[in-house]
Amino acid sequence: MSDSKSPRSRLADHIRDLPRSGIRDFFDIVSTMDDVISLGIGEPDFVTPWRIREATINAIERGFTNYTSNLGMLSLRKSICRRVAEDFEVRYDPHTECIVTVGVSEALDLILRAILNPGDEVIYHEPCYVSYAPSISMIHAVPVPVVTREQNRFALDPADVEAKITPKTKVLLLNFPNNPTGANLTMQQKTELARIAIKHDLLVITDEIYAELTYSDRTTCIAALPGMKERTVLLHGFSKAYAMTGYRLGYGCGPRDLIDAMMRVHQYSMLCASSIAQAAGIEAFDNSQAEMEEMKIEYWQRRNVIVKRLNNMGLTCVTPEGAFYVFPNITSTGLSSKEFATRLLKEKRVAVVPGTAFGACGEGYVRCSYATSLEEIEIAMARIAEFIR
Amino acid sequence: MSAQKMREEILRLLQKNARISDQEIADRLAVEVGQVSATIQAMQADHTIIGYSTLINEEMLPEPPVRALIEVEVLPERDGGFDRVARMTSKFPEVKAVALLSGSYDLSLEVTGKTLQEVAFFVSSKLSTIPGIRATRTHFLLKKYKQAGFILHEDEEYERLKVTP
Repeated sequence: MSDSKSPRSRLADHIRDLPRSGIRDFFDIVSTMDDVISLGIGEPDFVTPWRIREATINAIERGFTNYTSNLGMLSLRKSICRRVAEDFEVRYDPHTECIVTVGVSEALDLILRAILNPGDEVIYHEPCYVSYAPSISMIHAVPVPVVTREQNRFALDPADVEAKITPKTKVLLLNFPNNPTGANLTMQQKTELARIAIKHDLLVITDEIYAELTYSDRTTCIAALPGMKERTVLLHGFSKAYAMTGYRLGYGCGPRDLIDAMMRVHQYSMLCASSIAQAAGIEAFDNSQAEMEEMKIEYWQRRNVIVKRLNNMGLTCVTPEGAFYVFPNITSTGLSSKEFATRLLKEKRVAVVPGTAFGACGEGYVRCSYATSLEEIEIAMARIAEFIR
Repeated sequence: MSAQKMREEILRLLQKNARISDQEIADRLAVEVGQVSATIQAMQADHTIIGYSTLINEEMLPEPPVRALIEVEVLPERDGGFDRVARMTSKFPEVKAVALLSGSYDLSLEVTGKTLQEVAFFVSSKLSTIPGIRATRTHFLLKKYKQAGFILHEDEEYERLKVTP
């Protein structure tokens, strides 16, 4: 309990210094306003396909409501490993090389906790998903961001990675297709990153949460490159491709020793992922490809429209190769990212997220999500065009 | 985009919304509007597209029509099987749809009329008197729940946060 006479902080030092997510701040403003068209949403606007919801209900009816194995149901792990082999060209043993988690967020936390000592350095790229740096800091490791640039289509330049490597660097954390830029890596970049990882004995964590939402041809996963399977942990989940964000279901695949270490952290902190979510996951993987493809086509068409509208109004943006975000350059307006987003919200009732929420190098950009209906996107684009005039 | 892929994508969009403009289709597919117009014209010419109709929720009309699904048993003919009878039934404007089915009966007809009596009269005086028709069973339609892929009484509502990571 607090003791007002004690000078000691009630909070741990590293948590006291942990910033609130920039998205959280913005959410607090938006949630007080009506009539807002939000392009600020990082989740599908589709409700989970009925087939999957029906399987969830069925799991409850059958009384499938107990703990599962710490690693997750074997039948789900088999489904996962089958699909990963097909989609990512790398084979994992469902008994020892796969763990089911509470979303990719937990999987990331598990692997970071399993492999990092205090002071170890993790190289990751910015702009990026808001949780990477805090997840690394929370376990007393050191986040080392590498900037990705618009002129490289926001892909990660392997030379920039190599320049940041020190004797303390242990991990390279990747997320392509990327939130918030929609960028992807070329085969050449992946090969070069793999060479660097092997040369410097780095572990690679690849967050593949947007992999299905890739609009050009998918290239080989870095885990499938020669010499990489033994040093790569592939993280993925059901949230984005199957519109299952609220189920909180993800997984990690990787070498046996790393998955075992993740499992030990998981068994004491989480025990297992929700049993009914796991039942839903099987239905998603085994029977819901058509629904997933349908959603992907819709995202792809919205991307085409939003990129065209933004470029036409003078907010240049790189055509994203995956995910459901565009990251237009707003420097022509003379506003900072935060000013742009705040004024756009107040004056035109359109919510976008300031690029700085995804790292300091996001200054000069905003993130627009196209996980919202095309009708709303068109209205939002018209309002943004008025705003910048 | 291949020509075949373009046809498929255009049909997919028109099926969801026949009023979508060629320009909107072009923007969605990231192609030139001229390509879209040409593809649609080609599909109209080769009868891939046979028309554009409007889906109406008839409950909203002041005088909703009466609809019936009619099972028809047909005596197949040596040449042509069920085709002659199917074509004859198709000519009546009251008959909105005709299909040959596998199973316990042969033709399925959708018939509309202003009143129950009108439909019943059509069946007894026009339909069942066609030579080759052995039997009919009429099922009046009471309520539609889903029509051409659209759910009519949507009961789902869910809350989304306005900004998420």
